[in-house]
Amino acid sequence: MIQHPAVIALTASSVAVSLMLLYAGWYGMKILRDWEPGSGSERQLWLERRTYLVSTLVGYALVFQILSLLLYIYTADELHSLFTGAMCAAGTLNADGYGYPTLALKVAGCILAGVWLVINHADTRGYDYPLIKVKYALLALLAPVVVVEAYLQFKFFSGLKGDLITSCCGSLFSSDRPGIAGDIAGLPPGAMLYAFYAVAAMTFIAGLVFYMEGRGGYLFSLLSAILFLAGAAALISSFCLYFYELPTHHCPFCILQREYGYAGYALYAALLGGVVAGTGAGALMPSRKKGSLLKAVPALQRRLAGAALLCYLVFTLIVTYRMLSTPFTAGV
Amino acid sequence: MNAPVNRHRNILDFALSSLIRRKAKNLSLLFVYTLIVFVIASLIFFVHALKREAALLLEGAPGIVVQKMMAGRHDLIPVEYAREVEKMRGVRKVTPRYWGYYYDRAFGANYTLMVPEAGRPRPGSVFIGSGVAENQRVKAGDFITFGAHDGLPLLLTVERIFPAESELVAADLVLMDMPDFQSMFGMPEGRATDLAVTVANPRELATVARKVAGRFPDSRPIMKSEILRTYDAIFDWRGGMMVVVLGVALISFIIFAWDKATGLSADERREIGILKSVGWETSDVLLLKFWEGAVISMTAFLAGVLLAYGHVFFFSAALFAHALKGWSVLYPEFRLVPAADGYQLSVLFFLSVLPYTVATIVPAWLAATVDPDAAMRS
Amino acid sequence: MIELTDVTKTFNAGLESRFTAVDGVSLAIEPGKVTVLKGPSGSGKTTLLSLIGCMSRPTSGRITLRGMRTGFLPDGDPPAGFDISSLPERFLTEIRRTGFGFIFQQFGLVKGITALENVMLPAYPAGEDMSGIRNRAIGLMGLFDLNRHADAKVDWLSGGELQRVAIARALINDPSTIIADEPTAHLDSKLSREFMEVAGRLNQDGKTVIIASHDPIVFDSPLVDTVVEMRDGRVTATEKRA
Repeated sequence: MIQHPAVIALTASSVAVSLMLLYAGWYGMKILRDWEPGSGSERQLWLERRTYLVSTLVGYALVFQILSLLLYIYTADELHSLFTGAMCAAGTLNADGYGYPTLALKVAGCILAGVWLVINHADTRGYDYPLIKVKYALLALLAPVVVVEAYLQFKFFSGLKGDLITSCCGSLFSSDRPGIAGDIAGLPPGAMLYAFYAVAAMTFIAGLVFYMEGRGGYLFSLLSAILFLAGAAALISSFCLYFYELPTHHCPFCILQREYGYAGYALYAALLGGVVAGTGAGALMPSRKKGSLLKAVPALQRRLAGAALLCYLVFTLIVTYRMLSTPFTAGV
Repeated sequence: MNAPVNRHRNILDFALSSLIRRKAKNLSLLFVYTLIVFVIASLIFFVHALKREAALLLEGAPGIVVQKMMAGRHDLIPVEYAREVEKMRGVRKVTPRYWGYYYDRAFGANYTLMVPEAGRPRPGSVFIGSGVAENQRVKAGDFITFGAHDGLPLLLTVERIFPAESELVAADLVLMDMPDFQSMFGMPEGRATDLAVTVANPRELATVARKVAGRFPDSRPIMKSEILRTYDAIFDWRGGMMVVVLGVALISFIIFAWDKATGLSADERREIGILKSVGWETSDVLLLKFWEGAVISMTAFLAGVLLAYGHVFFFSAALFAHALKGWSVLYPEFRLVPAADGYQLSVLFFLSVLPYTVATIVPAWLAATVDPDAAMRS
Repeated sequence: MIELTDVTKTFNAGLESRFTAVDGVSLAIEPGKVTVLKGPSGSGKTTLLSLIGCMSRPTSGRITLRGMRTGFLPDGDPPAGFDISSLPERFLTEIRRTGFGFIFQQFGLVKGITALENVMLPAYPAGEDMSGIRNRAIGLMGLFDLNRHADAKVDWLSGGELQRVAIARALINDPSTIIADEPTAHLDSKLSREFMEVAGRLNQDGKTVIIASHDPIVFDSPLVDTVVEMRDGRVTATEKRA
């Protein structure tokens, strides 16, 4: 076990977040069991007070989860010198089989928590707690994701042994290596670009329609989820080539470093923001017609759609600008 | 969209006035909090700075050091290996190195004796590190005696003492000329301690190392990266050990913070009851509690970090010296180069602010759910 | 218009110490009028006030509001009014903050801060700019001749001054209804009469005033439009004056 202070910090954070969400989830179940919305009894009041605790816990959990995602990647980057052949975070994460799954679950946790907070916000706008069942059902899904992720992260760090020779992004992300990372990089850069721009265009159009006329919410939400995946895949297989100006460097983590102007942070933040806002708007679609939310939800969805479009726009602009402004061409 | 910002500003204003009104309780909390941050930050800065120093020092180290093994132990290496290694592709230069350890029984210290490649002292003279000088209480011009391998004393003149700034590398170093070295150790002809190999392309290190090991099965090529890695691991272990000990302190802090937060005095309860009765809802009071906690956290964090910075970089971590010294008698006095980056601060944040925040979530919520009509009955 | 239909409030339900403060009360508070709840202590006046003023929810029965605007209600009042009996605390608080101004028996001011800050407090969470709130507060304090005490900590003010600060605070959000619980309990006759004058002025400005009191200066005042007598949590008599 590498007793690096950062590893201790990450483990502590994961444990804290898991405990908070387990507690919140358990409370959610208790609340649902005794919930009587119309009653003025003291028990009901007590339960309503408890809902504040749940949403506070999830709010903090989200913040810590996002921070720990950043710290995780950064730590993986810092630790790369301990592994022969690792040039950046990608090498560290590949040192044992738990590295990438942990990352994936961390991201999933962030997205789920973000969507939960969107639903919670909508729920508070309605005077009869219309979405409470949906909320706590989602929480029952979120809590295990975070717990499993904490476990995987623990297994990852405890299995790390400094001497392992691990493949760095050069061979990890080169096309001839099997496994997801290799597959993504193996996607032909030209085709991926076209695919990305196509999906982006469709998302923008659907988003504008939804923003202005309120129609096609489900479609927009689905497209924004697809755009998240397409954006990430395009980033790894094509756009990052323009950042690194190398035809074979497909590492998704190096763009977080100073020499690329920390562009990675903006890009990943934009993608995450876009997918949370977009899927959040979609998650609210079924509640559009509910009595107490008639006024609040459509307005909220509009703001979310606007935020999602803005985020994806920022992403598209940055990558396109980079692609057009460097003399490097990926043979597209 | 100004309303949310104003809401935060107004509530923050009241949070500040609230904190000032309860000076005793908040000052004691602030003190303990700052202390915790100070200790953890000092540790993190210290270990990080040491690692950086080590890395910087090793920049100048040869890419590969080739040693000969005999029965699993380090043996002297034949110098003709050097010529063969030099011919290998990718190798730029191979230099035989002559160095060894000397245990001075009289002063109970280990010195490293070495013949430098360039800038050798004259025969009969030595350059010594400031640690050696202090240990033996000698200055330039004095004599220094070593016990040679054949039992006879070797008398040498101290020509130069390395400046204090070089202590980290040279505290225990003694540089001498080849004849004196041979008198000391009696190394057989054609043998050296090890070979320093410079490789043209750093990426080829592993390949060259493999070739050397293949050609000379009784040799052990050690790559610079492996040395660096081992250094890092040592610091991590030592650092980790202390962090585990600090864990106990941290848990006490958490309990303390929890206790302070749950201990709502009657006055505080009344105040929150009043706030709720005049129109503050639970989420407003939660925000109030959040800002109170944030102000305390930020103040403690800033103060703790600044104090730790001063402690480590201006006082050389005086408080930790004992714990991290190990067995070395010649512990160098040195000033570390200040180095603190965002990453260290984030780790620090996770180890201090996060536990505090988690400990105060439930107490803050308990405070926020005070009944509004308690104020009517007070 | 606030209408209570068969409202009951029980504390500690299901326990030995179970206690019914308000029992099956049906009442209608007319807008723009001065209503007094009259009765001995323990008759449930305070609890009834907190129910009317959206500070607590009834254990059973219905409370309906008519003609009060809030941000979350659908536009246009349904004919039967809006039932607030089971509203979550968050919304109840919003109605209370914008629609009701409370004057408590013990004044309920925060010690250790200035009179001005006390007056400004209820407006903090609404998201208004601090200077706007301050100006309004200073204006209100001027109305009650309190400006020279604006920066004094409330710990140093006299009973009458505290009373007026409490009134000023109740008015900071420009509510349509003023609720006062035994306002004259700690005041001498002169100050009590002054209070009634203030209440009268507020009523003339179009505000609904509801006072709970067993002080004759209050319930015998010519300004009062309706007197509701209570005993043991029940309404025993309702008297409408001209």
